[in-house]
Amino acid sequence: MDSFSQLMNNVSNWAIPFMIFVIVIIGFAQNIKIYEVFVDGAKEGFNVAVKIIPYLVAILVAIGMFRASGAMDLFTSLISPVTNLIGMPAETVPVALMRPLSGSGSMGIATELINTHGASSMIGRIASVMFGSTDTTFYVIALYFGSVGIKKTRHAVGAGLAGDIAGLLAAVFFCNLIFG
Amino acid sequence: MLNYFWLALIVLSIIFGAINGKITDVTNAAIKSAETAVELALGLIGVMALWLGLMNIAEKSGIIRLLAKLVKPLTRWLFPDVPADHPAIGSMLMNIFANWLGLANAATPLGLKAMQELQAANPRKDTASNAMVLFLALNTATICLIPATMIAIRASSGAENPTEIIAPTILASVCATIVAVTTAKILSKLPVFKKQWLPPESNKKNISGEQS
Repeated sequence: MDSFSQLMNNVSNWAIPFMIFVIVIIGFAQNIKIYEVFVDGAKEGFNVAVKIIPYLVAILVAIGMFRASGAMDLFTSLISPVTNLIGMPAETVPVALMRPLSGSGSMGIATELINTHGASSMIGRIASVMFGSTDTTFYVIALYFGSVGIKKTRHAVGAGLAGDIAGLLAAVFFCNLIFG
Repeated sequence: MLNYFWLALIVLSIIFGAINGKITDVTNAAIKSAETAVELALGLIGVMALWLGLMNIAEKSGIIRLLAKLVKPLTRWLFPDVPADHPAIGSMLMNIFANWLGLANAATPLGLKAMQELQAANPRKDTASNAMVLFLALNTATICLIPATMIAIRASSGAENPTEIIAPTILASVCATIVAVTTAKILSKLPVFKKQWLPPESNKKNISGEQS
């Protein structure tokens, strides 16, 4: 497993320089004025960033308020009898609930669990895998749809949440299977 | 759906904030989060410009077209509404590769670029197309080959084996991706979601009128 992680680390370290290298070389070889074409494309960067601001404000404010209100504790105590049945420790429930809402929030909870219970405890392992098993659905939806002004998101939330639930349950399942 | 979700979050946080005596925290969180949102967005400008610039070169030199051609069978199944040689395919592929490798700085700008190109082919500018929702599903439940952040956190907590979570993370994230894509495919066939998005043929007249 360690040599695999080493390999993957190398791949991610080299991926970006490699991509930039290939794009620039091929562009030059194709007789493209790479500098002008780059600047021309880069101009759009500012517009995209500004356009997503209202969407991000809307979603992050609602999630920030929810986190601060302490509502999470109630949901955790409501859900934990059920999650205990599937081998999911009650301590990891807040990570699961927070994961689709907030990347930094779920990372914070997971970090705290790892430091309190130890990285090699079942709680620490499940929290770690939960964090990597899926992305922050509501942030991605607000960001991506906001950037092009989509207001009717149709089944995006449903599909995203289904993926989250599957990923979180799979995290519990595979941790119990591999480390149990 | 996002409407109800937004309403629920706000109403619940104010009610629970009041019950838990944390109403000042809720207020502060609202203001702080609004600031964070702007910081996040503005922080994107640099990387966004970098990748949009590079993508412009990649597009003009035919790299994107070549990439798109290589995975044509797969993209035809995933995105039947998007022509196989559409520029969106290339951007989506680059975004997906970047996500798999955990290159968030590259993945987000490439994903936003792909959304712009999908939007160009979208007959209803305020409504998500099937291709957009599927692309979103691939991004919200992305396969994670290197959980770099978690490995770093575990290492800094003094873990004996910080990388032991790689295998279960890959397996769990693959499950998430499969379920998200399948759900997106199935839900797109439900009448509720289907009628919100007419196929391009019946809506062609609107395209020229609605494009800004």
